[in-house]
Amino acid sequence: MVRMLRTNARAGLIAAAAALCGLLASVAEAQGFNVVITEGSEAAVPIAVVPFGWQGSGPPAFDVAGVVSSDLASSGRFAPVPTRDMVSRPTQAQQVNFQDWRLLKANYLVIGTLAESTADNFAATFQLFDVVRGESLTSFRLEAARADLRRVSHRIADMVFEKLTGFPGVFSTQIAYVSEERRPDGTKQFRLIVSDADGENANKVAESSQPLLSPSWSPDARRIAYVSYEGGVSGVYVQTLRTGTRERVSARAGVNSAPTFSPDGRFLALVLSRDTGNLDIHSLDLTSQVLRQLTTDAGIDTEPVWAPDGRSIYFTSDRAGGPQIYRVGTEAGQRPTRITFAGPYNARPRVSPDGKQLAVVYGQNNRYQIGVVNIDSGQLQILTDGRLDESPSFAPNGAQIIYATRDARGRAVLASVSTDGRFKTQIASVAGDVREPVWGPFPRP
Amino acid sequence: MKNALLILLAALTLSLTACGNKNTQPDTTAATDVGSGSEGATTDRTGAGGGITESALDAETRRRLGELVVYFDYDEADIKPEFNAMLQAHGRNLAANPNMQVRLEGHADERGSREYNIGLGERRAQAVRRVLQLQGAGAQQLTTVSYGEERPAATGSDEESWRLNRRVELVYR
Repeated sequence: MVRMLRTNARAGLIAAAAALCGLLASVAEAQGFNVVITEGSEAAVPIAVVPFGWQGSGPPAFDVAGVVSSDLASSGRFAPVPTRDMVSRPTQAQQVNFQDWRLLKANYLVIGTLAESTADNFAATFQLFDVVRGESLTSFRLEAARADLRRVSHRIADMVFEKLTGFPGVFSTQIAYVSEERRPDGTKQFRLIVSDADGENANKVAESSQPLLSPSWSPDARRIAYVSYEGGVSGVYVQTLRTGTRERVSARAGVNSAPTFSPDGRFLALVLSRDTGNLDIHSLDLTSQVLRQLTTDAGIDTEPVWAPDGRSIYFTSDRAGGPQIYRVGTEAGQRPTRITFAGPYNARPRVSPDGKQLAVVYGQNNRYQIGVVNIDSGQLQILTDGRLDESPSFAPNGAQIIYATRDARGRAVLASVSTDGRFKTQIASVAGDVREPVWGPFPRP
Repeated sequence: MKNALLILLAALTLSLTACGNKNTQPDTTAATDVGSGSEGATTDRTGAGGGITESALDAETRRRLGELVVYFDYDEADIKPEFNAMLQAHGRNLAANPNMQVRLEGHADERGSREYNIGLGERRAQAVRRVLQLQGAGAQQLTTVSYGEERPAATGSDEESWRLNRRVELVYR
């Protein structure tokens, strides 16, 4: 706890300095979680990422291969060969002996070099090989300042991942999540955290002794909407990450819940109960503050999320008994249509980037798992095997879903699963319970 | 589910009418004690002669007013019969003391999705609110807030913890 506070204070100073310099404030070092692979997937492809060669003064400026290797492992699709097993450590193409890597059963090989050209300018070169065929698949050279070497390593992992899977890598993205810690005096500390996709560079966005929940990214990754119960009432807030400026956009009587940004960033879908006590989906124009009510049913209508084209909203409703997913147009006076029919409990939809699938919380027989629903066919596939899985969120490449689950000791942790259910990883928290992960969009140049 | 609630409300109204006006004013002192969860009320029950005496009735009311939590079944907001007497006591207490304010805090157990659980908590708080209003509490005396599963009373992941967490707490202010 003490350590946490100290790092946060330091983070604040660094952030302030960064803001002065006009830099992005993604610089703090409060540790959020580590990615650990607790469920080695049979289907994971063995890959060897050799420690990069170093050309410069002093010790190597950065462990590029370490980051590339842990990024690839975190997807669940790759099983990196342990460094200690490597019989040779090539850093250039002519040093590669494919037989060494075939013996280690590595299907692919990544080698590279980090070179210091001037005091704060580095060049990272890498090359990816198909070990089975004994040929080079791609090579690249990237230049960066010292402070950007981690980002460059993520970009290398992105390129390797895309070359081998066909999906753009998501290792340069960020995620938001909520942590909860119980203090020694029994009170609770809720934090809204934004970190890199691998848990590094964790920054505290908000902190409260009252619950914080429902984080949602703006499409440009610059703002986060969330719900806070500070003052003992629910309110929806929109906070700009770089400046920390925040605005309370809704604190009406009753429930203020479940905000999500429209794809153009101009509107916020949210759930209000207002004077009636009945939860309905609303759309708030963030510029004009004009509020439009989109559903009127007497059931619980909640958890709205926009279709990628912005013309409809998926949401949870128990209007027909148990919770199921519905879709309603964003023009006034549309009738919702029901999307899910499989099973007694489908809730908290999130739309895949291509708009074709919904990730949902599927409940049956006192068990809650993450499923994906094909919107056209209504067909459901259950992806996870927890008992209390919740809060699914698609990675922006559509290939992976992050969600909240419980580990063997019952602690709230994060996990991810590939959209086809084949590759799974669990993510361990450094301190306290972590939940409600939300994958941010691809960074924009 | 809504029909069930209507029937329940009708039954409550009938029982109210049957009680007529033999009820005494609830003791405001007892009601003020309620917030601190005082338990001493039952000690008044000394007149164990024949039927219910006036003081015994007081004691009963005061005991009821000391009960501040209504529990619910899974995914339900129907008020179970065992909470009728308690809510009746609170409703009448509020009717007799129009300056009193109660905050109804709705909660859900941890299962299922968090935001749907906010909805469940709110629905439960609204169900309690309706019963209290039917007993004469004014709308301006009652506010609701739903915490969903965010503030559990019991932290386990078992049936007993879940039962204790599906609740509405009455908080006098």
